[in-house]
Amino acid sequence: MKTNEKTIKEPLFHITRRTDIPRLRAWGIRLIAIFSALIVSALVIVTITNYNPVEVYVKMFEGSFGSQRKFFILLQNTAMLLCVSLAVTPAFKMKFWNLGAEGQVLVGGLASAACMFYAKDSMPSWLLILVMLVTSILSGIIWGVLPAIFKAIWRTNESLFTLMMNYVAMQLVSFFIMVWVPNGSSVMGVINQQSECGWLPTIFGQRYSINIIIVALLTVFMFIYLHFSKQGYEISVVGESENTARYVGINVKKVIIRTMIISGAICGLTGFLLVSGTNHTISRELAGGMGFTAIMVAWLAKFEPTMMILTSMFIVFLQKGAGEIATAFRLNESVSDIITGIIIFFIIGSEFFINYKINMRSKQKEAQV
Amino acid sequence: MAKPAIELKNITKRFGSKVVANKNVCLSVYKGEILSLLGENGSGKTTLMNIISGIYYPDEGKIFIDGEEVVIRSPKDAFKYKIGMIHQHFKLIDVFSAAQNIVLGLKEEERFDIKTVTAKVKQISEQYGFDIDPNKKIYEMSVSEKQTVEIIKVLYRGADILILDEPTAVLTPQETQKLFAILRRMKEAGKAIIIITHKLHEVLSLSDKVAVLRKGEYIGTVVTAETNEAQLTEMMVGKKISLNINRSLPKDPVDRLAVKNLCCVNAEGVKVLDDISFSARSGEILGIAGIAGSGQRELLEAIAGLQPVQSGDIIYNNPKTGSQDELRGKTPIQIRELGVRLSFVPEDRLGMGLVGNMDIIDNMMLRSYRKGKTMFLERKKPKDLAERIINDLEVVTPSAQTPVRKLSGGNVQKVLVGREIAASPTVLMAAYPVRGLDINSSYAIYNLLNQQKENGVAVIFVGEDLDVLIELCDRILVISSGKVSGIVDGRKADKGEIGLMMTKAGGGSKNEN
Amino acid sequence: MINTIFAFINAAIIQSIPLLFGATGEIITEKSGNLNLGIPGIMYVGGISGIIGGYLYENSTEHPVAALCIIIPLLSSLIGSMLLALIYSFLTVTLRVNQNVTGLALTTFGIGIGNFFGGSLLSFFGQTGSISLIETGKCFKASLPFADKLGIFGKTFLSFGFLAYLAIIIAIGTSYFLNNTRTGLNLRAVGENPSTADAAGINVTKYKYLSTLIGGAIAGLGGLYFVMDYTGGAWTNNGFGDRGWLAIAIVIFAIWRPTTAIFSSFLFGGLYILCIYIPGLSSSAKELINMLPYVVTILVLVVISMRKKRENQPPESLGLSYFREER
Repeated sequence: MKTNEKTIKEPLFHITRRTDIPRLRAWGIRLIAIFSALIVSALVIVTITNYNPVEVYVKMFEGSFGSQRKFFILLQNTAMLLCVSLAVTPAFKMKFWNLGAEGQVLVGGLASAACMFYAKDSMPSWLLILVMLVTSILSGIIWGVLPAIFKAIWRTNESLFTLMMNYVAMQLVSFFIMVWVPNGSSVMGVINQQSECGWLPTIFGQRYSINIIIVALLTVFMFIYLHFSKQGYEISVVGESENTARYVGINVKKVIIRTMIISGAICGLTGFLLVSGTNHTISRELAGGMGFTAIMVAWLAKFEPTMMILTSMFIVFLQKGAGEIATAFRLNESVSDIITGIIIFFIIGSEFFINYKINMRSKQKEAQV
Repeated sequence: MAKPAIELKNITKRFGSKVVANKNVCLSVYKGEILSLLGENGSGKTTLMNIISGIYYPDEGKIFIDGEEVVIRSPKDAFKYKIGMIHQHFKLIDVFSAAQNIVLGLKEEERFDIKTVTAKVKQISEQYGFDIDPNKKIYEMSVSEKQTVEIIKVLYRGADILILDEPTAVLTPQETQKLFAILRRMKEAGKAIIIITHKLHEVLSLSDKVAVLRKGEYIGTVVTAETNEAQLTEMMVGKKISLNINRSLPKDPVDRLAVKNLCCVNAEGVKVLDDISFSARSGEILGIAGIAGSGQRELLEAIAGLQPVQSGDIIYNNPKTGSQDELRGKTPIQIRELGVRLSFVPEDRLGMGLVGNMDIIDNMMLRSYRKGKTMFLERKKPKDLAERIINDLEVVTPSAQTPVRKLSGGNVQKVLVGREIAASPTVLMAAYPVRGLDINSSYAIYNLLNQQKENGVAVIFVGEDLDVLIELCDRILVISSGKVSGIVDGRKADKGEIGLMMTKAGGGSKNEN
Repeated sequence: MINTIFAFINAAIIQSIPLLFGATGEIITEKSGNLNLGIPGIMYVGGISGIIGGYLYENSTEHPVAALCIIIPLLSSLIGSMLLALIYSFLTVTLRVNQNVTGLALTTFGIGIGNFFGGSLLSFFGQTGSISLIETGKCFKASLPFADKLGIFGKTFLSFGFLAYLAIIIAIGTSYFLNNTRTGLNLRAVGENPSTADAAGINVTKYKYLSTLIGGAIAGLGGLYFVMDYTGGAWTNNGFGDRGWLAIAIVIFAIWRPTTAIFSSFLFGGLYILCIYIPGLSSSAKELINMLPYVVTILVLVVISMRKKRENQPPESLGLSYFREER
């Protein structure tokens, strides 16, 4: 029965979870990850294009900071991405995987566009904006709360539910565009181009100032809400342990539903800002994948609103920069998705080295002697 | 001379930098021998067995099988050396049938032929005397049936070394006797068996040798025939137990909480509480005794408003207003709004009583965060409370801002009990409040409960150690399979009598009528 | 009328093939507990890798050999999609990163790669225009020789390239594998309860890696079928659309059963093109019909969660990473 194999194989290393790591070291690990990601991306760019990578990164920098206009576009895009990230955060803290922000933004935008399309200039612009705001937020809420209700009552898998809701929303947008644009071009033009009715006004000489201000306020609100409000505390308790929540008398179902109302409402608001403040039109690509990117932004920032300002700006910077490279070196613009992907892989991968410790077997032996 | 079937030398395992779960453990088992691994809760028995079965990897030490050094990196390696483990928490796939679970992970012919498996399962069942339907799904099975599946699973794989982790904790006395008979048959068949337990009478009646662990340290191995309960107990706890828990006479006890004919059904439709009636009086400690899973958890949760009640009443006599309030069917918040000051130390401290990732201050707020009219949290008072508890109860922690999961078991419990007592309750329920705690922490908890009793609180104490129950409690309610077997006076109680009531088949008096 | 119906069935089957590949691949992956939301990206990469392989081969020779026209794109497609699945496995299994985040990033990455190479492959070789691999497309489209002789039946059911049959064979094979083999049983155990599987001596890491890699490879074939057979060797950016997500919807709709996925794919494929075959349907109604698969999937999801039948639930550990020493 016995095998004659006498060589004793010891595992090279084994992994243990670590509970405490100095903050500085954690950030060091993240920085190394970003740095390695940039090197790998550079390698990719060089193999594809044969350009000097430094030159490429300089171009990338110009994409965001090259001119005042570019800088404002960076801010505007950051604001929008940040807005969606803020929306998904309370749900994620509750361990509710809302993968449906894309759809929630989209229906919010659709509601705004519908108001503009049907009202035209029949009412003063400020009133129309108000109506748009309310309908957008309501639509976002409906889209967000539906999966929450089923999750709360029947424990329906929310990540799959919200994911599917995205495509229902997209088809809904396509449907309305088909209804509104009878010529079959399936492209909705700018709505109320002449009257600018329902458009957010330009202040401080910048088109997007209002968007940026609203999102800045929202960030402060979310920070306070999560850290200092009773509801925010309830969200943390539910996210950490549903059993504890039950024990202290928190109505878990209510919290799930209430939190998704907030999440959906902010998504709806984003939709409104995108239509009323930025695009003045609607398309399937209104959210442009932001619903998914926002998940990564929130995740990278560890659901901390203040950190999200940085992470969302970082992601937008990458996308803008990659777009700039694409035009400057006549590459396809999809290169930005590739670079974003690589960098995210590195950053999320680096979390492992923060949360776990690798113990090399040989080292321990030496320690014993 | 034959070599031991398995031998451990100087095994050490640490979790994190502070917790040493096993320190320099040595033990050996021969074929045809039953070794009991004895130790209190939290003495590192389960960790040690997990090392043998490849779940954990030891930091130091060596393992020998039949005299040859081996490295067990994974459960797969453990199988290679014919080690089979029956876990306390069954490792079974719910949606699979018994037969599917039994062959899981085996490397036999690729096509899965259910008939051959069934036949072999039947053959093993006959050999050792099991009774099992191989095609039944696990989620339809009783606890005892699941354990049977686990045992057949390791036998099917031809295990020569069997490890059973507290197998009797979930069994009725009859089922336990059946299990022991099976284990003896296995021993005769030449298997080496390690059984983990903390029940002395089981150790003495079943095993050939006893190895004792205390707080992760290896104390020694003795031959069962040459030892007795006193010696084993001394090895286990370090000194002779004369518990000497203070107990004062209750001062004018009045019924504070009256439970009448309470019935509960769990999610699977099984009746977990059947016609429970008793009353808890102010200024006394009411003990609840019973084998694990007899309905203790459901009873406390029903009172706390966490468990749906099928029928019966839970009446609270309000000492302030004199009114009698029905608590049944109310949520924890509604109960509090009635002015009922009910505190509850649940069994699962970090999974229910506290939030592990939150610091001590935020955990203080769990029960009280709703106070105040604004929508914002008030952190000043919880901070003061946290610091007071750290000082008064001597909680060892770097600061009040430390997440509670980083504290040791005893300190976690002090934080939890401290918070529940700080709410100045009129009823205090504590489920296994000293489980896993060292002697000093345990006494600290007993003192806290006694203080509450002297303050006129009605204390309900669910315990597992009969010695403690008898020395601490004024009255002891004994339950068995969700029914009341009787209520005894703590001062006159006899350990054997309570033991008998706990294991009474079918529980309550109803069956006898 | 009857001709229209047969034409519709034929078109529905064609539409269903990429979905079936994607769904089968995702089922195998999810059975190991990995919710791979990178499948849409992997399918893009499966397509573009095939295109690149085919392009390099067609460009390298004057007279392309039919066998190589198939083998080279097939192999490069498999390699491409497995590389992406490898990224997913490494991040989620070895580094234990959140599966949703990884999957979504992978989809962004995969679609990026597809569109990037699809858009600039020709310019790397100093050519202009759009990619069109006519020879390779022909090989992939080649149907059974006797299909024409069987009249309308042959035309409807036997006029497909070999990948279509492969899709159905793989789905049936997967079903047999999951239900009747030990490896299949072990795989399901890993997805239900990895710590139990681990205790039973199953190498959880290996199973998770292999099922994600194989699942990814199968899903990638869906992309290959689309670019080679459906479009005949041509690439248009974003041409594959949201079929990857539809495949994930089918997994739910078919309650994680590959044989059910065959019919579900057919149903969803049919809905995809239904509007063309219903006369007088407005283009807006078409969009509503395209919404149906997602709505129906949501309904199925809701119904199975309400009925709570144990056998119909998603794998219990779906979406969670496994760490043996977790306390």
